[in-house]
Amino acid sequence: MASQLLIVRRKMGNAVFVVFCWVGAAIALGFLALILWSLIVKGLGGIDLKVFTMDTPAPGSPGGLRNAIMGSLEMCAIAMLLAVTFGVLAGTWLAEYAGDSLYGKVVRFVNDVLLSAPSILIGLFVYTLMVKPFHGFSGLAGAVALALLAAPVVTRTTEDVMKLQPPALREAGVALGSPLASTIRRILWRAASTGILTGGLLAFARISGETAPLLFTALNNQFFSWNLTQPTANLPTVIFNYALSAYDDWQRLAWAGAALIAFAVLFVNIIARTLARESRRS
Amino acid sequence: MFGPYTGPACFTPKAAMTLAIEQTKTAEPQARKPRGGVLDPIFEGLCFISATTLLAALVGVIGSLLVGGWPALHKFGFSFLTVSEWNPVTEVFGAAGPIVGTIITSILALVLALPVAFGVAVFLVEFCPPLLRRPIGVAVELLAGIPSIVYGMWGLFVLAPWFALHIQLPLMVAAPPGSLLANLIQGVPNGANILTASIILAIMVLPFIAAVLRDLLMTIPPAVRESAYGLGATTVEVILSVSLPYVRRSAIGAVMLGLGRALGETMAVTFIIGNSHDFPKSLFDSGSTIASTIANEFNEATGAMHTSALIALGLVLFLITFTVLAAARALLGPAKTV
Repeated sequence: MASQLLIVRRKMGNAVFVVFCWVGAAIALGFLALILWSLIVKGLGGIDLKVFTMDTPAPGSPGGLRNAIMGSLEMCAIAMLLAVTFGVLAGTWLAEYAGDSLYGKVVRFVNDVLLSAPSILIGLFVYTLMVKPFHGFSGLAGAVALALLAAPVVTRTTEDVMKLQPPALREAGVALGSPLASTIRRILWRAASTGILTGGLLAFARISGETAPLLFTALNNQFFSWNLTQPTANLPTVIFNYALSAYDDWQRLAWAGAALIAFAVLFVNIIARTLARESRRS
Repeated sequence: MFGPYTGPACFTPKAAMTLAIEQTKTAEPQARKPRGGVLDPIFEGLCFISATTLLAALVGVIGSLLVGGWPALHKFGFSFLTVSEWNPVTEVFGAAGPIVGTIITSILALVLALPVAFGVAVFLVEFCPPLLRRPIGVAVELLAGIPSIVYGMWGLFVLAPWFALHIQLPLMVAAPPGSLLANLIQGVPNGANILTASIILAIMVLPFIAAVLRDLLMTIPPAVRESAYGLGATTVEVILSVSLPYVRRSAIGAVMLGLGRALGETMAVTFIIGNSHDFPKSLFDSGSTIASTIANEFNEATGAMHTSALIALGLVLFLITFTVLAAARALLGPAKTV
């Protein structure tokens, strides 16, 4: 009788647990759905041609986000150029040259710290490094701040995928008489290219929505400009300023911008994950 | 995987033979270094410099925070951490309010997110229909990819008004005056408070923790779980007494990683916490975090001491997150990005 009761109690406990897990999954997916729904209703509805062809307006007049979109793209492009250059080389060093050396371990740890360091602190650093000495906010400083956030991601993925390449590949290259540097560039990088590309895309997805480090580096600009030595308009800062403003039309633009960024980031993320999956399969 | 050989023509057999004959004529006694070998040290040097740049960046971050924050730390000393008066006009800066706000919101967020994240991870590993496992897993990861400013906007325009109308107001009406509950929920009913900020933070860290926990649960050898099932254990017993203890160390690391995220998060919190520098008196009171204070005030800082105090705040934030992240890494091992 007592054991019967115990069995019933254990089964009940298990049922409660199963329900708990289902509810947990439902909550997580529910939030994703709620956020996407808000973005679709409030954001996509506000996207029209003007968003891409006109600059950020004064309250009450018609306008778009052209300067902010262009500024963000320019800064992200420069940031990615820097981050991929440094990240791939640093990842290569960690995977091929560092081995188990103490310095290698230190750099690996430092990279992990940078990977999850609060982005606003990177902004403060670049402010001290580039804004204060040159007496001015600039798009270039913004790009450097973004690069500092992207580089650790690229470094980490590069190291991981290069370590996945079989040693036979390196031996084959060297046995053919090619110097190690050429073996790495021509054979290993090519074999690892999908993985490195994935890392680059993830890094891009990460920095394209970053706001905090841009607040004190790129600042903002009301006008369209190619000059990256001046304060440069960028989507995240515009969204931040406009969302907290009291004007309806500015808030609508902020939602449009948020939807643009969010869906672009989701899209890039999905591509990166598909790529990662493909390369794992082959 | 590779195209046909397109290198120098000397590798056709005939050319190779001629080359070999040539070389035996002129070869030095010792083996020759491969052609282009001079590039080897240059390439290695470039790689080394890049790796060192990362180290220099972190040193730079710490250095700039120390140097920039020194005037404030020197002037206020230890009281910078314990005083909650933050007054740019009289130039008295005590950071206790933001520091406490940061810790309270992060821990509340963790408390809210952890059970859900655990549920999601177990659901994905144990109960999810195989067909849905991947789509749901990807959806959770996508939730982690949404930029924080979008969370902030969503919190400000959707969550806060809903929260004020459907939770805060009814609770304030229902709570008997003077009771503990009434103290806990006093505040302006506009939805911008400590609790909503924590909820937004919880939504943000949930997918991180869930994804890492899921990966951990996947690493458990099937034989271990199967033997527990074979002994007649129910799923909850297998998870709680076999699976979790198996990954205990890493699981704590995963939670710390989530905590690190929450501590440093800026934009989402700045939108919704209400930005007041006093100690939060209740769950529904407005407050501030270190990151939100810096984001709000840095560009409008009135004097050198104000700027310095903000940078010193950044140093405090760095020290807190660094401790948490270092502990997480020590428990978890190196980070994974994909």
